[in-house]
Amino acid sequence: MTTPTPTTNPTPPPATHPLLQATDVTMRFGGLTAVQGVDLTVHTGEIVGLIGPNGAGKTTFFNCLTGLYTPTEGTVAYRGTRLSRKPHLVTQAGIARTFQNIRLFANMTVLENVLVGRHTRTKEGLWSALLRTPAFTRAEHHSTQRALELLDFTGLAPKSDHLARNLPYGEQRKLEIARALASEPGLLLLDEPTAGMNPQETRATQDLVHAIRDHGTAVLVIEHDMRFIFSLCDRIAVLVQGRKLTEGTPRTVQADDRVIAAYLGTTDDTTPGDPTGDTP
Amino acid sequence: MIAMTTTTAQPKGLLPLPARTAHLTTITGALATAAATGLAWTWTSDFPGDLTYYGSPAGLQLVTLTGALLTLLLAASAHGLPGLRWLTPAGRTAPTLLAALGTFATTAFTLTAIAIQLGGLVNLEPGGYLAGATALLTLIGALGLPPDHSTDPTPTTPRQRLTAALTAGPPRPATRQLPTWAEHLTIAAAFAAALLAFTYGIDTDDGAPFIGYLLLVALAVPALHRAGLLARLTALTHRHRGTALAAAFLAATAFPFTQDTDQYTLIGANILIFATVALGLNVVVGLAGLLDLGYVAFLGVGAYAAALVSGSPESALGLHFPFWAALLTGAAASLAFGVLIGAPTLRLRGDYLAIVTLGFGEIFRIAMLNLNGTTGPDITNGAMGIPNIPNLEILGFNFGEPHHILGIPLAPYGNYYLLMILVTALVVLVFRRAAASRIGRAWIAIREDETAAVAMGINSFRLRLLAFALGAALAGLAGTVHAHVVTTATPEQFQFAGPQPPNSAFLLAAVILGGMGTLSGPLVGAALLFLIPAKLDFLQDYQLLLFGIALVLLMRLRPEGLIPDRRKRLEFHDTDRPDTPDPGNPPTGLNGNPTDPTGPLGTAQAKG
Repeated sequence: MTTPTPTTNPTPPPATHPLLQATDVTMRFGGLTAVQGVDLTVHTGEIVGLIGPNGAGKTTFFNCLTGLYTPTEGTVAYRGTRLSRKPHLVTQAGIARTFQNIRLFANMTVLENVLVGRHTRTKEGLWSALLRTPAFTRAEHHSTQRALELLDFTGLAPKSDHLARNLPYGEQRKLEIARALASEPGLLLLDEPTAGMNPQETRATQDLVHAIRDHGTAVLVIEHDMRFIFSLCDRIAVLVQGRKLTEGTPRTVQADDRVIAAYLGTTDDTTPGDPTGDTP
Repeated sequence: MIAMTTTTAQPKGLLPLPARTAHLTTITGALATAAATGLAWTWTSDFPGDLTYYGSPAGLQLVTLTGALLTLLLAASAHGLPGLRWLTPAGRTAPTLLAALGTFATTAFTLTAIAIQLGGLVNLEPGGYLAGATALLTLIGALGLPPDHSTDPTPTTPRQRLTAALTAGPPRPATRQLPTWAEHLTIAAAFAAALLAFTYGIDTDDGAPFIGYLLLVALAVPALHRAGLLARLTALTHRHRGTALAAAFLAATAFPFTQDTDQYTLIGANILIFATVALGLNVVVGLAGLLDLGYVAFLGVGAYAAALVSGSPESALGLHFPFWAALLTGAAASLAFGVLIGAPTLRLRGDYLAIVTLGFGEIFRIAMLNLNGTTGPDITNGAMGIPNIPNLEILGFNFGEPHHILGIPLAPYGNYYLLMILVTALVVLVFRRAAASRIGRAWIAIREDETAAVAMGINSFRLRLLAFALGAALAGLAGTVHAHVVTTATPEQFQFAGPQPPNSAFLLAAVILGGMGTLSGPLVGAALLFLIPAKLDFLQDYQLLLFGIALVLLMRLRPEGLIPDRRKRLEFHDTDRPDTPDPGNPPTGLNGNPTDPTGPLGTAQAKG
């Protein structure tokens, strides 16, 4: 855990506006209620974790935040304004995301992938592209510059000409983050960023997420790797069966018997806290 | 072919010949074949091309001669002849074998064609037998050459051994850098050679001579590819884009000046129209990934719009616009039609969109049929179409008359050909610039993964509509010239499928055959798809059947197209599904176990 920044009690600055405010979000698919009445707030400069057993509704909740799903009930506001129901407008507003099962543009180069992320921050249309106007050339140059900086930041710069599909798994995850950062988000949503990574790669991801936060982007992260999430996050929310079970600092969440019960299952009676080995 | 599975380190050829003998046999055979083309192959001039002369090869003999010389050069280079090494920077045996095969196929086909067409082997002169025997000798020699690279494990079945013999090794780095002027010169020479080959092909007599030509081309081009020459040329054109574009433009412009009659300039003009429309379709299919089966309707809209304002006496409007205005009208009408069709349908994906566009293509044709005054308002004359579209006249230059430019005669269709060169150049420019921009990247992103593209802030519907509209406008441009070249606009020209090339099925075939998403792919595909049916007219009813079989074979052998895009996608099926939690992902303990690496890893890679 060689993070460049102190992670113990960072105490985020008291923000007047919460960056993201999800209120009473409920998502039903027919008769199935995947998410029920979840509130979640993310402040500027925070790293918030979202954990829960499989099928708890974490990704569904993510999709509600980014507009891929329209919540059945509840509202999502970003910097005080209610978010549109169109995913591309959510990105434009300043929320970018990665996907649990990596969704890169496999047959585009690494650089092109990041350039696509710049889409909302540029506005040169077809005509300026066809006429190659000075504004177009400038914007392209600036975008490329910016994309190369991001590739540098994520350590992918030497591979900018490779096809995304040819990258090793860990670098594909990094590229997804670089692509999301290209849209200059205020809030970055990471859906299991370390899934399938080895311990070194996980540690590198942790450093990366901290660096992203230090650059002024708040992060909301779904993760299964408990060691990762407890050492990374300022605050953690636990989702179980579509409801928020609890929320708090890593220390409080870790000590919460209900969380352990939700993960390991209550066997028969109320004897939680079984000392089988919770020594994270 | 016995006892070839020895485990010696030295890889052996397909035939058990010593390497040196194989080399010498190939070279001698190719030399002798070249010499045999100077003899008479038949006694009568009845066979097309007149192969009766001594000392001057003609017709198919010329094709054989080219093949033999190519084999000779490649074999000599493979043998390591100083000064020729540069010819085979990648493979050595594979290109020689392919060229020898091409030469033999052409020669054998010619001899068979003579025997069949003139009624028996008696019609062959000794020169013909000699050519056949030497070509076979060359092939035997080439089959004995050791393969370019040793495969591990040693191939055993004949099929594996053939594949091994036909694959080239990796390209070797260039030994020395050419001076810049020489690189420019190489590009110019390559395009001149391409023009020569193309002009020869278009000028050959229909039937047997064209088939012989096609056989050699079909095997010589892969030979050049295996030799690594095409890759080297591509690298050169990338380095000197301007020179390459100028050379291509000049070579294309030179074509009508090589023609005395109008017979083949018309084919040239039609190829360009077809290729331009295919390039427009490539924006829609290749870049944005929208399968459009009714694309020819946009060509039709452009053609009808141009016909209505052309000043044709049969036009319901009776307007006569100058050409630039007609061009804009055609493009604008097509664009409007594209938006009209696209707006309600582009929310569909993949197969559903394909079906809807297929329907709209037919609606256009039937609407044109019915706007005839009895079943609808009188606009298009129904099945009669709008005939007598006058020739274009720009600044007093009448396109219907022959002209002399710098003393070189230019036939009427040559005028249209040159005009189409300009239109094609414009479309090429639009395609290139659109593809290499923020918009083009967004199209490709939508094609690759629409959900991810939307999550990156791309308004997918708007960009799909833009691709649809741009593609339609480009087809409309070509349609404007099309109306003037064929002088009649009828509904039957714009069908989904038919024996004549500009139809939706052929357009899509040209794009896919040539290579989706590339610039040169659809141009090459369109040229082939127009030229081959036009030249093999004698097949009549079997033409479409053979065409279908050829397409199936090509897609089986080379699904990525003749000139594949680096970013290739083989299917139009969307990989799209909302990013739901993966049920295959095993739960992890609370006590900090690392996640099982096989879960999401496996699914993510399976998707790629």
